[in-house]
Amino acid sequence: MSDFPRAFADAMLSTVLDVAPIVVILVLFQVAVLRRKPANLRQIATGSILVLLGLTLFLIGLENALFPIGNTMARQLTASATIGAESLSDGVHWQDYLPIYAFAAAIGFATTVAEPSLVAVALKAREVSGGAVHAWGLRIAVAIGVAVGVTLGCFRIVTGTPLPWYIIAAYVVVILQTFRSSKTIVPLAYDSGGVTTSTVTVPVVAALGLGLAASIPGRNPLIDGFGLIAFASVFPIMTVLGYAIVASWWGRMKTGGREEAKP
Amino acid sequence: MTRFAALMVSALRDLAPIIVVIAFFQIVVLRQPFPDLLGVIVGLLCVIGGLTLFIQGLQSGLFPLGEGIAQSFGQKGSAAAVLVFAFCLGFGTTVAEPALIAVAAEAADVAAEAGAIIDDDQARDSYAFQLRMVVAVSVGVALLVGVLRILKGWPIHRLIIGGYLMVATMTFFAPAEIVGVAYDSGGVTTSTVTVPLVTALGVGLATTIRGRNPMVDGFGLIAFASLTPMVGVLGYGMVA
Repeated sequence: MSDFPRAFADAMLSTVLDVAPIVVILVLFQVAVLRRKPANLRQIATGSILVLLGLTLFLIGLENALFPIGNTMARQLTASATIGAESLSDGVHWQDYLPIYAFAAAIGFATTVAEPSLVAVALKAREVSGGAVHAWGLRIAVAIGVAVGVTLGCFRIVTGTPLPWYIIAAYVVVILQTFRSSKTIVPLAYDSGGVTTSTVTVPVVAALGLGLAASIPGRNPLIDGFGLIAFASVFPIMTVLGYAIVASWWGRMKTGGREEAKP
Repeated sequence: MTRFAALMVSALRDLAPIIVVIAFFQIVVLRQPFPDLLGVIVGLLCVIGGLTLFIQGLQSGLFPLGEGIAQSFGQKGSAAAVLVFAFCLGFGTTVAEPALIAVAAEAADVAAEAGAIIDDDQARDSYAFQLRMVVAVSVGVALLVGVLRILKGWPIHRLIIGGYLMVATMTFFAPAEIVGVAYDSGGVTTSTVTVPLVTALGVGLATTIRGRNPMVDGFGLIAFASLTPMVGVLGYGMVA
């Protein structure tokens, strides 16, 4: 970590470049269209600088501490599983990869809990719903969804089955759930699909997919390595809708089923 | 200062699962010592400090910013202006997104290997560039449609389910090698700065417009932004 100032400057630069288009658009519309200075400009500016600083530190930390270990781990796990598979020259058995499924589920869950954009949406949801949506409940539900999705995605890479089957089947489940769910939770559930795959999850999960596809005989990393992100975006919708159904059921249990009387 | 400490504790709690998972797999499953333990600890401290600052800045900066913009547009009362703004925000934040640039480059390699385009640098670069433009326009359209939906109060599930049906149908007609890229492109477009801003914008608009419920109408913009790129990329695969 001796070159920390340099790493910090590099990360800062890339964050600033990332944010630059947003700032340009905001300023342009503020000056040209709205023609009004926001009331709490100073507070917003301070907050935005905190966001930039925070994101920069966060990325440096990830790149120095977590990503290298995560990548090495994905490589070692996939490599150690290959030894077992190669001895069976007649093909690949999905059971040989149990440690990888366990790792996929655990890392999918853990990276999602730490995802800053999910924190943001969960805070907003709690605020807007007046506390009816628990920030932690929502985040755990999403994290379980990502864990299931990534695990199933790894199973798909191992077995080499077509990606569209899984995703379209998942869509069918989501559509069925949508019609069973209260309409206050549906938009939030749909949003949580896109939110999960950001700064922390995408690099680790992508490394896992590419490593797995590269180590299994007969899989092409360029073609089979894709798809994990898609799994990680669909399954949280299911678990959040499921969470809402369980939560309202739980609420009815507590009130002694009085609301049950309604048709 | 106590507030800052509380944020710090909650950041530590957010990161605890990652630390546990990595330590468990490293020590119990792979049975290996940590390489560069000091570096890892310093890195973790950076991550915790960074997350703390980010959440603090979110609440004092990004959320009020998004809500303020929504309010100003609401008072101005021009639907056209807010729709143009939504498109620009979607396009502008996506076109330079590093994750998207990486995926587009990989997708060009896939296409070249599958023989869909000529296998040279120029063809790959132009394919990757076109793909980026397709995704950026898709996200722009997504926010435009999403904001229009908030203004009109349309139910979200019809639009999203309609989008799913389009994706499912197009999957059968698009070349097989683009399908994985297309499905993944939905997930890579929503960055950590865009999500809070767009969420605050949606909720702010739904709060400002009379007759809209922020819970029912305010959320959903991110959902559109992760769906339309799939349609756009599948469509591009069919045409290119």
